[in-house]
Amino acid sequence: MSSIKEREAQVRAAAAKMGKGTYVEGEPKNGTFRKDLQKESSKIVTLEEAIRRSGLKDGMTISFHHHFRGGDKVVNMVVAKLAEMGFRNLTVAASSLSDVHAPLIEHIKNGVVTKLITSGLRGELANEISHGLMEEPVVFRSHGGRGSAIANGDLHIDVAFLGASSCDPAGNACGYSRSENAKSICGSLGYALPDAQYADKVVILTDDLVDYPNTPNSISERNVDYVVVVDSVGDSSKISSGAIRDTKNPRDILLAQTAAKVIINSGYFKEGFSIQTGSGGASLAAVKYIRESMIEKGIHASYALGGITAHMVKMHEEGLIERLIDVQSFDKVAAESLRKNPFHKEVSANEYASADEPGSAVHYLDMVILSALEVDVNFNVNVLVGSDGIIRGAIGGHPDTAADSALSIIVCPLLRGRIPCVVDEVTTLITPGSTVDVVVTEYGIAVNPRRPEIAERLKAAGLKVVDIHCLKDMALKAIGNPDPLPFGDKVVGVVMNRDGSVQDVIMNIVD
Amino acid sequence: MMFVPGNNPGMMQDAFIYGPDSIMLDLEDSVKMSEKDAARLLVYNALKSIDYGDTEMVVRINPLSSPYGKKDVEAVVKAGVDVIRMPKTETADEVRELEAEIEKVETRLGCLGRTQIMAAIESAEGICNAFEIAKASKRMMGIALGAEDYTANLKTQRTPEGTELLFARQTIIVAARAAGIDAFDTVYSNLDDMDTFRKEVELIHTLGFDGKSIINPRQIQIVNEVFAPTAKAIEKARKIIAGIKEAEAKGSGVISVNGKMVDRPVVLRAQRVMELAIASGILTKEEAYE
Repeated sequence: MSSIKEREAQVRAAAAKMGKGTYVEGEPKNGTFRKDLQKESSKIVTLEEAIRRSGLKDGMTISFHHHFRGGDKVVNMVVAKLAEMGFRNLTVAASSLSDVHAPLIEHIKNGVVTKLITSGLRGELANEISHGLMEEPVVFRSHGGRGSAIANGDLHIDVAFLGASSCDPAGNACGYSRSENAKSICGSLGYALPDAQYADKVVILTDDLVDYPNTPNSISERNVDYVVVVDSVGDSSKISSGAIRDTKNPRDILLAQTAAKVIINSGYFKEGFSIQTGSGGASLAAVKYIRESMIEKGIHASYALGGITAHMVKMHEEGLIERLIDVQSFDKVAAESLRKNPFHKEVSANEYASADEPGSAVHYLDMVILSALEVDVNFNVNVLVGSDGIIRGAIGGHPDTAADSALSIIVCPLLRGRIPCVVDEVTTLITPGSTVDVVVTEYGIAVNPRRPEIAERLKAAGLKVVDIHCLKDMALKAIGNPDPLPFGDKVVGVVMNRDGSVQDVIMNIVD
Repeated sequence: MMFVPGNNPGMMQDAFIYGPDSIMLDLEDSVKMSEKDAARLLVYNALKSIDYGDTEMVVRINPLSSPYGKKDVEAVVKAGVDVIRMPKTETADEVRELEAEIEKVETRLGCLGRTQIMAAIESAEGICNAFEIAKASKRMMGIALGAEDYTANLKTQRTPEGTELLFARQTIIVAARAAGIDAFDTVYSNLDDMDTFRKEVELIHTLGFDGKSIINPRQIQIVNEVFAPTAKAIEKARKIIAGIKEAEAKGSGVISVNGKMVDRPVVLRAQRVMELAIASGILTKEEAYE
């Protein structure tokens, strides 16, 4: 019983007992030089081939990410191809949609696309939808809510079409590139990661095919079925801005200084705090003043979260912020930092803001500065629908960060021209007032009565804390009572809470 | 004092949120001929309907010799303006003429004596008459330098160092102090050069001016920083004022702080330090006099 051959019967018996097969020698080894082997990758196909092989059928759901922002070419390219191939009745589930996606209007009219799921809508597409373009209402989810819905099956994706700034033949993809051919850099691919993980089939579209291994990768080859090489995935000039330009708008500066004072005197501004800020002028400028105070007082942040900006990168490189947790890089400096700074970490939408992911970073967030289209006297916030009733924004991570942070601060001018931004009731409920703590306007700061201790701290610091009803009255006094909006009786949008429940609906506008 | 064009409703609406000590709505140089009437109506309505809080409201009218000046006076006095700023003042008679116009309107409204006057001096003749102008009326609350017209009149131009303005600035300070009113410096219009602006504010602060005219909210912080008294100065002033109160309570004429006798100029300076601390936002009124 000393030879392999002699033990054959015992091997078979052991296998049978374990319910396994027995080993059979496979194909001879492939001795090709591995760099040459990559070129034969069966994953690299044309877009049409990828669609055909993916098994996509009429009525199915396709998904996209919005990391190429206003420069995105992927959605229009893929949907045009699907239309050409005769697909009908598709659901487009994008992490967000913007002005650049106006061509979807025709595809909707032609029945190629019959349902939209997104975080936001802007421009002509949003306008048409607000006027009742679609039979099915658009489903709006926050970034964290979308991540949860994909993970728990509420939002099932049949085929994900994900643009990538670089990808290797095996499907390892990134939002940046280490090659000299880099064309369309967006940084983090955080909003594409749930799609890559959970979609039945994943197609990567890239304009920079690089050699294996494209590591550290964002999307792993294990989640990728096909790689499509295209001329361009995005217009880099519209993907992100370059250098930091500090705002010179005095109102933004005033709002920023006030928001910074709120943070500094909130009680949370101490060693090891964590923070998230938006990308608006006031929010960016607030970071500048917070930085000055951090230097002066010798305070460091443990991490900055969210849309990472050049300001955050600078503070990270100065040692003021220990880690950057990046679901979306807001500018080129942030995208570049993700490539080069080891403690600048890319995370998925779920790791960023999902309500049911125990490890999502928002759970550990101290403070967030957010913007708003409208705030009402109950501290409810609307960031999606304009005061004219037309959809013109995106939910983003607004309700996620407001809900989970220790202190949420909304920065919002009291008046935008003749539009009051503090109102009796928001046009659409996006972030519930129970999760909003402070509203900063140029006319004063309102603190949610649920947080009396914050109001006390701000008053003690000499800040002008006023009742939110006073702010609303000031706005009305300056502008007068706006006429009610001409809403129709058709539901054009459904706003989901991050927990998967339906929170509000958006009615059509009748001109 | 922040200049705001009288034909820009967006800027007039919320100029006070940036916290200037006073706002000057302009009907003169920043408003073109064809918009004079519209601007007057706007300024009138702004003063009537916007709650500017504690901010002192000034309106720069057109010269009385122009077709608009008297209409401007009527409108802004009716609207309850705090101060009328007269442009290009050259003689004390001009101040008295304005005073007469104001009195006419105030008499009709039954609010005689409500409106104050600030005279802007913008020529060599005006500088020569500065003291006469400063004490031309009991309504005079201040005189101000208008440097653009003044330097043109002198046949020179403005420099970052301000050498060409030194005589005018000092004349205005001396005239204002002699008349017991305030002195305001001219505007600095290059918003991209905040360093030179700061130097200019430091200079006029040293010369003794009470305030600086500004054209953008971004300039407010620098003015406040330069004019802000130090913590040490505030503490000293607080002790002196406490000393006065104590002396008053005792009915004593002599004030002493830390064993040293304090005379009148020291008391005045202490009061001024506290006023500046309030104006610069370092102390609230309650904190200053608690």
